[in-house]
Amino acid sequence: MSTGGSYSNERPPTVDVDYAADPASGSFFSTEFKKHEDLKQMLDSNKDGLKLEAMKRIIGMVAKGRDASELFPAVVKNVVSANLEVKKLVYVYLVRYAEEQQDLALLSISTFQRALKDPNQLIRACALRVLSSIRVPVIVPIMMLAIKDAMTDMSPYVRKTAAHAIPKLYNLDPEQKEELIQVIEKLLSDKTTLVVGSAVMAFEEVCPERIDLIHKNYRKLCNLLVDVEEWGQVIIINMLTRYARTQFVDPNAGSEDDDRERPFYEDDEEIEDDETLAKRPKPMDPDHRLLLRNAKPLLQSRNAAVVLGVAQLYQHIAPRTEVSLVARALVRLLRSHREIQAVVLTNIASMSTRRKDMFEPYLKSFFVRSSDPTHIKALKLEVLTNLATDTNISVILREFQTYIGSSDKEFVAATIQAIGRCASNIREVTDTCLSGLVSLLSNRDESVVGESVVVIRKLLQSETVGHKDIISHMARLMDNIKIPMARASILWLLGEYCDKVPKIAPDVLRKMAKTFISEDDIVKLQILTLATKLYLTNPKQTRLLCQYVYNLAKYDTNYDIRDRARLTRALVFPSQGHEDNKLAKHAKKIFLATKPPPVQQSSFKDRDQFQLSTLSHLINARATGYQDLPPFPEEAPDPTVRYVELPASFTPENHHKPSHPKKSKPQKMKSFYSDESSPEDESEDDASDSSSDSDSDSDSSDSDSSESSSDEDNESDSEEEEEEEPRFKRKVSGGSSKKRPEKHGVSQSSGSEDTDSSSSSSSSGSESSSDEEAENSEDSDEDVKKKKKSDREQRNSVPQGRGNRSNLDLLLDLDDTPPAMDTPLLTPSLGGLLTPSPSSQPSQPLPPGASIQPASAKFVPTVTQELLNRISGGGLAVACRFTRSPHLYSPRMTSVELSFTNNGSEEIRDISVGSKKLAPGMALHEFAGIAVLSPDTTLNGTIGVDFNDTTQPAMFDLVVGGRTFSINITAPIGELLMPLAMNEGDFNLNQIKLRGMNEQCGVVSLSSGNKDIKSLVNRVYETANLLQVQCSSNDIVKFGGQTASGKALVLVSLSLPQDEQESTISVNCEKMVISSMLLKEIKSALKRD
Amino acid sequence: MIHSLFIINSSGDVFMEKHWKSVIPRSICDYFFDAQRKANNNEDIPPVITTPHHYLISVLRSNLFFIAVCMTEVSLLAPHPSPCLSVSATLPTGQLSNVPWRRSGVKYTNNEAYFDVTEEVDAIIDKSGATVAAEIQGYIDCCIKLTGMPDLTLTFINPRLFDDVSFHPCVRLKRWESERVLSFVPPDGNSRLLSYHIGSQSVVAIPVYIRHNISFRDVGGGRLDITVGPKQTMGRSVEGVVLEVPMPKCVLNCTLTISQGKYTFDPVSKVLRWDLGRIDPTKLPNMRGNVQFTVTQLALSGLKVNRLDIYGEKYKPFKGVKYITKAGRFQVRT
Repeated sequence: MSTGGSYSNERPPTVDVDYAADPASGSFFSTEFKKHEDLKQMLDSNKDGLKLEAMKRIIGMVAKGRDASELFPAVVKNVVSANLEVKKLVYVYLVRYAEEQQDLALLSISTFQRALKDPNQLIRACALRVLSSIRVPVIVPIMMLAIKDAMTDMSPYVRKTAAHAIPKLYNLDPEQKEELIQVIEKLLSDKTTLVVGSAVMAFEEVCPERIDLIHKNYRKLCNLLVDVEEWGQVIIINMLTRYARTQFVDPNAGSEDDDRERPFYEDDEEIEDDETLAKRPKPMDPDHRLLLRNAKPLLQSRNAAVVLGVAQLYQHIAPRTEVSLVARALVRLLRSHREIQAVVLTNIASMSTRRKDMFEPYLKSFFVRSSDPTHIKALKLEVLTNLATDTNISVILREFQTYIGSSDKEFVAATIQAIGRCASNIREVTDTCLSGLVSLLSNRDESVVGESVVVIRKLLQSETVGHKDIISHMARLMDNIKIPMARASILWLLGEYCDKVPKIAPDVLRKMAKTFISEDDIVKLQILTLATKLYLTNPKQTRLLCQYVYNLAKYDTNYDIRDRARLTRALVFPSQGHEDNKLAKHAKKIFLATKPPPVQQSSFKDRDQFQLSTLSHLINARATGYQDLPPFPEEAPDPTVRYVELPASFTPENHHKPSHPKKSKPQKMKSFYSDESSPEDESEDDASDSSSDSDSDSDSSDSDSSESSSDEDNESDSEEEEEEEPRFKRKVSGGSSKKRPEKHGVSQSSGSEDTDSSSSSSSSGSESSSDEEAENSEDSDEDVKKKKKSDREQRNSVPQGRGNRSNLDLLLDLDDTPPAMDTPLLTPSLGGLLTPSPSSQPSQPLPPGASIQPASAKFVPTVTQELLNRISGGGLAVACRFTRSPHLYSPRMTSVELSFTNNGSEEIRDISVGSKKLAPGMALHEFAGIAVLSPDTTLNGTIGVDFNDTTQPAMFDLVVGGRTFSINITAPIGELLMPLAMNEGDFNLNQIKLRGMNEQCGVVSLSSGNKDIKSLVNRVYETANLLQVQCSSNDIVKFGGQTASGKALVLVSLSLPQDEQESTISVNCEKMVISSMLLKEIKSALKRD
Repeated sequence: MIHSLFIINSSGDVFMEKHWKSVIPRSICDYFFDAQRKANNNEDIPPVITTPHHYLISVLRSNLFFIAVCMTEVSLLAPHPSPCLSVSATLPTGQLSNVPWRRSGVKYTNNEAYFDVTEEVDAIIDKSGATVAAEIQGYIDCCIKLTGMPDLTLTFINPRLFDDVSFHPCVRLKRWESERVLSFVPPDGNSRLLSYHIGSQSVVAIPVYIRHNISFRDVGGGRLDITVGPKQTMGRSVEGVVLEVPMPKCVLNCTLTISQGKYTFDPVSKVLRWDLGRIDPTKLPNMRGNVQFTVTQLALSGLKVNRLDIYGEKYKPFKGVKYITKAGRFQVRT
């Protein structure tokens, strides 16, 4: 068995190679070392090489089991060694010997404490591991502190190590339990797969009774189960089995009888399942179902322990109809090593006592091979016997027959026993088996004969009609057979059925009386019994014989036999004066009472009491520390305890907001229809696309209709009628509420375009040109579409619930559309004039229920950036400013206000955007062209740039009256963000999710002047478009936001310790580039005086 | 939790020990040695030995015994990896990444992906030559040398064959369940991608047949006549055929005439081994049992790999699939 964590079968050679080529030879370790003195010298030397060599030899001694404790002082001082190799070996040494030399060991503690603060997570973890492994009670408080520190460590690996340290500390000092439980509670809520397995292990070791700690994490554990490493899976499954037993009601309640009687082969059929499910009065708790569903794929794990874990989970908590699922996986495990086979077979044997049908299809997999070890053979026989039914008994018996020829005596004996069990359990074959067994009586092998006799005795006991010949045949065997158990059995049979063989029995007794003294104890007892019974039935012939036997027994060396003889003699031959003894009168009744036939049942029947896959189950005894599996509760405890605010199934997909593919207008017609033509094939999200398409369609038609009728309201009404179908679709689609502001923007832009075109002389020209442009962009759109296709497929799985709600909003909003459109604006943007209310905002990237809402910017920068110098621009100066308002065309776009100033003396005409040179993934929505810019005036235009969350510049040409100027807009990272309002809980929750690689931390020293929180907050606002989160603590300021394009959460927290000059900034964002750049920006902003 | 671990070599020496929770003297192993004495051979030693205060769990691998000592209830087969201090300077690679089975920054000049489909036939053949039980245990081992983080998809022509499959953790279970397609980011180098089991319900064609006639007389030895021949191999030759006949303890030596190959008899383990090599269908080998054989280029179950697609990386790797059928636990009863 390989240890955990090794995923590749090919492992890199470890340092073991240095020790010896073949560790089994022990040649390295057995080398006679010189005295320890030279080791001490080596350890004291300055050279790392010598130290390392010495340490290797010492550890070799430790592994070999030799005492190396006298080197302790010399070794411990090397704990400060800078060489990592030496240090680790010293750690190994310390773990072994610290317990014995506690005072000296304390010297090393400070090294660990220092290492616990090391920036390298591996060193932190290693230090914690060694610290917790040193069994020195004095350091308990230090360990406690270290664990508490590590529990909040950024690195999941360190947190995992903290979880491992908990049971060790608990063993060292059980008094710490309460505090440790708090740590466990915290670790259980960890969302990293690396940590949860170890956290559950700590829970199981320290406080398995605190089942209440699991409630909140139950669903998370179920959902993470598949991704946890294998050993963690085993522990979690076992724990959840117990949990389910306490929290859910028995899924089989009431259906027991019904299930038992059902023919076995129908069990696997699904229909049957459904029926029983329907019949069941109480439906299963969804959480119960969740566990079963999530555990099921693990049956295909390559790890036997995981498969067995799932098997026991199903056996103990699944509805009876579903347990059969595990059979196949268990049978697969039979191929592995003998140890695993033994464990699995034990479990199968125990399961098969209750449920034959489960393993019946795999009967042949349990056939014994001659190469199997004996204990495996015995287990297979047990399973085969358990599986025997009247339909398959012939196959099994034929198999048994071949086993009898085996050279393994123990196995043959077990086979004969098994035949006996089959015979007594299945009436149809009793006679066949009996005759088969009788034929075995003439086997050459005495052990076979002996075993057969014993089994036949048991069989005859249950039905004796007309087996006189068998009994007489067996009586004849008495002369040859030597096995005491068999002889005893024959004697007992003769005694019991002496009325059937009245002639033979006394004769046998005569022979036995002769050999009495040389018989085995068990045979002697049976001779006594036979004598007594014969005397009671046939006193005439056997009286003397009987007395003789009693006399022999009276002086036997064994006190049992003497006692027995005394007892029975008193009953049968009452002493003088006691003839009227009541017992003696009834002696016949006592000895010849009808005895109940022995019930031949599986020795595994009583193993039910133990949980499968446990050690106790295997050894069929209660191991120390075994906990009984609690019975199902009658009434299910409150299921609401498992509810958590956020759905536990928080997957990374939810981070990705269904992004909005930008579309240009005329192309939409086509895609709209194609979407419509195959609605079944199209997934939900395509539908949302088509609705967005139809949106823009309606926009284009809007602009047309607005030319004919100027009434805006009418237009939107008619549009609604026209577009009823797509709108209905929009209701279905998720996350489409964002379309509203966009639509407004566009319709308005088209409106303004109209006014533009009417004011300009060539209206038809502009129309056609825009058409052409659309043609161009169609191609590029195709590309974008392809690229996003995969994204979209993923997004299909985005839950629908949210979509419904947001669409309701959408419909409501439509009625009271603010009459914002008639604001005479030149540009499509509303700029800073109308701060969008949250309700009209794009839908959220986060699941419903979260407090996270988009918010308006708290600060709008006034600083402008020069894009075009008035000298190079021929009098035209262009500057840009980030308005921090969402762009109306697409929520992914950042609004950039361009201000055009005519510094020249002549009018500048026709300013518009020419060709765009954008990096892939970026998009730019141009401003409506400026027709005339008179001297000394400034006009503004707003463009929308989708920077695709990068700081790459957006390059485009500005066409001014025929001349083109190249413009280059680079957005500071802070402008690529959008503020989000959220509460602290959500902030913390999301921050936990964005740990590790996604977190960037930095320290900045604050000048005394700007320690004021307010000024700090303002500085952050200036730097980045974020929103402060209401915070309970004064020492920390938190900001929330998301990236404009990818809608990835950006969380910034700023700690402001009262008495220190340094502030820690951490930025969490799944886009690491953003977080690191943002951190840099904020740092520099805060440093500024 | 495991308290201690002892490693015992074939000559019965405890040559390594490691203690975690507390130091347990190695005399605890005496219980194991007692059990070893009682058992006929090492295989027969029970996996769990109960002693008054401890439970000894023994695992036998390549003639080394690993004895784990526990004191309390453990979940079997799953001794939690007690935190051992690894001596290597780095952690197991990938402990911290999302794909722990693959290290990052892999680079190869030749990008190659090889798949070995190995099938082992476990069969029990009757005295009369009839198949009592036959199962196929198959593995797909891969040797993948691909640059970067490739995302592979392996499809089969006939995936319905699989009865029961277990996967390397890299395989996406959902995809398999829905499409019967193996989609995975492969581990670097050699690994076992999946193992499957084709159970006793389906019909398995056995590639060889064996006719034997063995008779023992009480005194003076017996006769042994074995004939091996190929059967249903679809034109492929059966290679590396080895017959092992475990003899009863009373057999002292074997003197045999063989038509092909060579035979050896180990008087200690009482195993007669007949190394046949390739079976020539025209001239059947005859020797006056366990069987091992190999059929290359053929997966007995008829499994065929359809195609391998690579996503996520640009280059075109060299791809190869090899099929081998071997005898697993193949037994002929006498």
